[in-house]
Amino acid sequence: MLRILHQIFRTGIVTEPLNAEVDAKVTVVGKALEKEVLERFKRSLTIRFVDSGSCNGCELELVAINNPVYDCERFGIHFTASPRFADMLLVTGPVSRNMEIALKRTYNAMPAPKMVVALGDCAFNGGIFGESYASLGSVGNIVPVDAYIHGCPPSPEEILKGILKAVIR
Amino acid sequence: MSEKIQSALKAFGEKGSVEIDGAVKGAAAYSVQADLFAHAGRVLKEEGFRLAAEWASDETPFGRGFAVHAVYASAGDYLIIKTEVPRDEPSFQSLTKYFPAASRFERQINSLMGIVPEGHPDLRPWIKHEDWPVDAWPLRKSFDGNEPMPRMSGDYQWVMAEGEGVFEVAVGPVHAGIIEPGHFRFQAVGENIINLETRFGYVHKGIEKRFEALSWNEAVKLAGRVSGDSTVAHTEAFCVAAEEASACTPPERARYIRAIMMERERIANHLGDIGAICNDTAFAFLHYQFSILREKVLRTNKAIFGHRLMMDSVCLGGVTKDISIAGIDLMLEEARSVLEEFERLIKIYENNPSQEDRLYNTGVLTPEMAKLIGAVGFVARSSGQNMDVRRDRQYAPYDTHALVVPVLSSGDVHARAWVRVEEVRESYRLIKEFIGSLPAGPIAAGWNPPLPGASGFSAVEGWRGEVIYWVSCGPGGNINRCMVRDASSVNWLSIEQAIHGNIVPDFPLCNKSFNQSYSGHDL
Repeated sequence: MLRILHQIFRTGIVTEPLNAEVDAKVTVVGKALEKEVLERFKRSLTIRFVDSGSCNGCELELVAINNPVYDCERFGIHFTASPRFADMLLVTGPVSRNMEIALKRTYNAMPAPKMVVALGDCAFNGGIFGESYASLGSVGNIVPVDAYIHGCPPSPEEILKGILKAVIR
Repeated sequence: MSEKIQSALKAFGEKGSVEIDGAVKGAAAYSVQADLFAHAGRVLKEEGFRLAAEWASDETPFGRGFAVHAVYASAGDYLIIKTEVPRDEPSFQSLTKYFPAASRFERQINSLMGIVPEGHPDLRPWIKHEDWPVDAWPLRKSFDGNEPMPRMSGDYQWVMAEGEGVFEVAVGPVHAGIIEPGHFRFQAVGENIINLETRFGYVHKGIEKRFEALSWNEAVKLAGRVSGDSTVAHTEAFCVAAEEASACTPPERARYIRAIMMERERIANHLGDIGAICNDTAFAFLHYQFSILREKVLRTNKAIFGHRLMMDSVCLGGVTKDISIAGIDLMLEEARSVLEEFERLIKIYENNPSQEDRLYNTGVLTPEMAKLIGAVGFVARSSGQNMDVRRDRQYAPYDTHALVVPVLSSGDVHARAWVRVEEVRESYRLIKEFIGSLPAGPIAAGWNPPLPGASGFSAVEGWRGEVIYWVSCGPGGNINRCMVRDASSVNWLSIEQAIHGNIVPDFPLCNKSFNQSYSGHDL
C-alpha cells in the first residue's frame, strides 16, 4: 500500500491541457445541434462505441483518450456499455458486411436526440479497404453521420478535439 | 535444407512422387500428389512438426486449377507441401485428424475458396456468415470482389448443451468496452463454464481478395492495416515475402531499423496489455500507470518515425524513415526513464495478494494443449513452448544478437502477463544493443516485382507471435494471391480450451491475457 501511495505521489497530475497547435481535421455534415440539446449535453456526453470493421488502430488511440494524459472525463466524456444511455454513437472502420446489422441495431437502440461521429479515414470513405463484397465503405452509407474525424488513426488529441468540435461546432 | 526436413521428406517420399517446388522462395517447398497430402501431414506430425498455416490458391491465371498448401514448422524450419486440385468438384484430404489447427484453416478454405476438405468433422462455414450466398467463394478468380453480395436467409448451428440448470450466455459482437467485435457463447451452470464457442468474421473486410486488386506498394499499406496493433509486424512480414520472391536484399541498416521498430511495437503493446490485465482485476491504479508508460513510448515513435504506431514505416526493400542521432538519444532516454518506472510498477504488481489471487491458476492453457493446438507467440511461451521465430529462424539482425526467450509452464493469466514483463525488459536490452551496433549506409534497396509465377514466404515474430505471409506473383507481375496468417488465427483456438472450468466473470480477464486480434483473424 505504501508503495502505491508513494507512486501516486511521485506521479502527480500528468493530464495535459489540449495542445492549441493540434487541429483536428473534421468534416461536419449533420445539422447543428439545437441549443436546448447542447445545453443538455454540456459537461456530459455519453458515448457508445462500435467497431464496425476497423483494423484496431483507431481503438488503440480511442483507449488512449481515457488515459491520465488525455483524461476525456474532464470534458464530461465517458463511454457506456449500453446504447440506451448513449448520446453519441462513435464508429470506427469501414462498415464490414458482417457488422452492418449490428451497427444498425446499435443505432436504433439509442434514444433521440443522438449524434453519430465516424472516426478515422476508413469510416470516412472505406480507406484502403474501399468498397467490396465484404466492405460497405463509409459509415455514412449505413447510418446518418454528423461528423467525420480524419486520420489513420487520428491521435488522441485529434479525437478529443474532433468530438468536442462535432458537439459544440 | 536442414536434416530434419530431409529425414521427413525421406519418410514420406518413399510412398510416391514428391517434387521440389522451385517457384517458392523463403521456405523449402514440395509438391505432392493429392493422395499424399494428408499422409505428408501425418509423417511430419510424427517428426515433431506443427501445422503453421493451410490455405488454397486459385491458379487459373496460369492455366491450372486450384492448389492447396500447408506449411509445417519445427523450430526455425518451414516446409510447404502443396497439392494440385482439379477445378471440377474440388476437394482435398483434411489434416484435422493430425492437427486441430487445421480445423479452422480448412473451414476457411471451404468457405472462401469452395474446396471441400474431405474427412473434416465440422464443415459449418467460417467467416462466411449465414446470410452470404452459398456459392459466394470470394477467393476464386471468377468471383468479382467489387460487387456487393445479396443477403440470403440462413442459420448457424451452434454447439448446444442440455441438462438441468444449464443456461447460455451470448456475448457480442458489440462488446461493452472499446474492443473489436466477435461473438462468444457460453454454456454455463451457475457461474461455471461448461463450454465456450467463439464465432468470428464480423470484421472480415476481404483483405486477401483486396491484395489481388492493389499494386505492390499499395499492398504494403494494406498489410499495415491487417491488424493496427501489429502494423510493423505485418508490413515487415509482407515486405520480406515480396523481397524473397524477387530476390531483393534490404540493406543492413534497414534490417536493424525494422528490428528496432518491431521491439518498440512489442514494448508498447505489452505495456498496454499488462495494464489492461490489471484493469480487469479492478486494479485501476496500475492500469493508468502502465498507460502513462505506453503513451511515452508512442510519443517517442511519433518523434522518430512520424507516426505513433509506426504505420507505413517499412517499405519494399527497406524502411521509409531513418533514425537520426537525436532519435537515438531520445530512444535511450526513453528506455532509461520507462524501465525505471516499469520496475517500480512491477514490484507493486508482484506484491499484491488480491492481484495474485485473480491471476494465478486462472484460464490455464496446459503445455500439452498449447502444443496440440500449435499455439504461437507469448501464449505458447507461457504454456511451456520454447519457441520464438526471432531466435529460431535467425533472421537479421537476430542472427548476430542473441536473445533470451522467457518460457513459463503454468499457462495461466499470470504466466501470460509475466512472459510479457520479461519481454519488455529483453526488448529494451535488444534495442540498446541494436543502437550500439547500428550499421551505416542506405535504408532501402531497389525492389522489382517478382517474376511471374514466383512466390515468397516469410515468418517473423510480431509482438503477438509468429506472423506468416505467402505472396505469389501473377502472369502480369501483379499479386496473384496473398495469404496472411496472423498469430491470432491459431491462438484464438486456445481460449476455448483455457476457459474450461473457469467462471463466466473471469472471461474478460482471460480474454485480455490472450489479447488476440479479431481483425487479424477475420481478415
